[in-house]
Amino acid sequence: MNSAPGFFSETFGKLRSDPLGICGLVIVVMVLLSAIFASYLSPYDPLEVDVYDRLASPSWQHWLGTDQLGRDILSRVLHGGRIALKVSLVAISISLAAGLVLGMVAGFGPRWLDRILVVCFDTMRSFPTIMFALAIVVLTGPSLNTVIGIIIITSIPTYARIVRTQTQAVRDRDYILAERAMGASTARILRHHVLPNIAAPLLILASMDVPAVVGMEAGLSFLGLGVNPPTPSWGAILNDGYSYLRNSPWPIIAGGIPLILVTLGFTFLGESLRDIFDPKLRGKGGDSG
Amino acid sequence: MFRYITRRSLLALLILFLAVTLLFGMIHLMPGDPASVILGPKASPELKAELNQRMGLDLPLPVQLGRFYSGLAQGDLGLDVFTNRPVAVIVWEQLPFTLALVLAAIGGAALLGIPLGCFSAIRRNSLLDRVTAVLSVSFIAIPSFVVALYLLLWLAVKWRWFPAIGAGESGDLGDQLWHLVLPALALGLGWVGYIARMVRASMLEVMEENHIRTARAFGLPERSIILHYALRIAVLPTVTILGLGIGSMLSGALFAEIVFSRPGIGKLLYEAVMTRNYPVVMGSVLVTTGFFVLSTLVADIINATLDPRLRDSGGST
Repeated sequence: MNSAPGFFSETFGKLRSDPLGICGLVIVVMVLLSAIFASYLSPYDPLEVDVYDRLASPSWQHWLGTDQLGRDILSRVLHGGRIALKVSLVAISISLAAGLVLGMVAGFGPRWLDRILVVCFDTMRSFPTIMFALAIVVLTGPSLNTVIGIIIITSIPTYARIVRTQTQAVRDRDYILAERAMGASTARILRHHVLPNIAAPLLILASMDVPAVVGMEAGLSFLGLGVNPPTPSWGAILNDGYSYLRNSPWPIIAGGIPLILVTLGFTFLGESLRDIFDPKLRGKGGDSG
Repeated sequence: MFRYITRRSLLALLILFLAVTLLFGMIHLMPGDPASVILGPKASPELKAELNQRMGLDLPLPVQLGRFYSGLAQGDLGLDVFTNRPVAVIVWEQLPFTLALVLAAIGGAALLGIPLGCFSAIRRNSLLDRVTAVLSVSFIAIPSFVVALYLLLWLAVKWRWFPAIGAGESGDLGDQLWHLVLPALALGLGWVGYIARMVRASMLEVMEENHIRTARAFGLPERSIILHYALRIAVLPTVTILGLGIGSMLSGALFAEIVFSRPGIGKLLYEAVMTRNYPVVMGSVLVTTGFFVLSTLVADIINATLDPRLRDSGGST
């Protein structure tokens, strides 16, 4: 087992030779910092209305202009980062944990249980995500928790499927058989042998999922089905901008740029990490759709 | 092969059945009954009861589900709550717009992505290859609705090169195609990157194979080797991906349709969600899910035809 500092410095050393990976890392760190320190970095209160200064173009007072209620767009963008990262963090960690458990149960458990679980996973994956999201929102009403719930439900099957495949691959190895012969419990095998083997690819997958989750949250908020106004979310900023498109292009430009940056940053970093940890996957492309 | 197709189709049917039942159950079991959502909180109990009766919501759930399926078997998806028109007809009217958009997007993506991937594979590690690699990843990552908004902002509103809203005059094919450009571009851009990567990877694999070396040894011109021998094989996995793409694009089309105010299934569903029109929500989700399952099925069958090893492993990966 690598010691943690050695592991990180080794990874970072490899990452340094990949300009795109470094670029991704810088963007990700910048976005994380700006979200964490949003309250200090924002020049204005993101909810402060100023009707005399509506839809203003960028100026020294408002670097990214103002929206239809005269709110400072830069402050809203900075605070919007918090929503995006909160949703990704909560949704991805819960679905990762649930997918891990379900996938290991399917991969290591009895065959009948595996079959049932696989049909369940496939059923959930057969819904086009956004359609499923709309059907749920129509019932529960828009809210941040609904968005998180939808992302969790639609992501679990993907994680579970991958964990299942990886677990099955490990299950029949000789050392696992030996471990079993020595009387090790299933829980011990899963914890000590299966989990360490699947943790790295799974974490990389999770980091590469961030753009999709951020895009999903922004997409639902853009449709008016995500966060409730006046909460600043990048999708909500785009939604406001779309309604006043002919009056001012700035809300759309300003709401879109952080989304593009975050998706690119996490994707570049994720691809680079994947190449470092699992060179076999290189060139196979990500999971699209 | 026949056994595989039968088994895979039955699985697809089972999945569709479960998905529809799940959706149906969710709509009817979640807190808050549809009638009060549709009529508003101040509606009288009599009015609610009447609407519930009209929509068949007063019956027990299994009976409702049975009714829904027997209707479905006859192509009946129920009635629109507001206009009383059959949902099947409404969905059928909107479907061609979405299909045209999806086909234009996937066709355009293939036209751009295949040559791009092919060139990057031939000129491996060249500047073009590197730029394509970065662009491909970027195109895949950026959410399509952001692309749609930027295209709308610059190409339609600011520079006025393309129309901003609608699907064009009915009957005027040129106008309709003109209205299709921006939405299809927004929807297909991510797939350009995806296809380019796929083609590049499989081209690199094929170029190493023996028959290509043989062709080279025979002194065939490089151009004809690439076009007639390598690309033909390298494009096959992409064809399967295109099948999958059509399915997932049906839901991605929603954003393009809303941003460009185009008619289509996505816009229909969105409006139905906003007005809590349950039968239309159910109908449009059902149709898109059906298409999605069908396109996955077709892609799996094509895959199995090309690679017999997959037939024994039970299909879907």
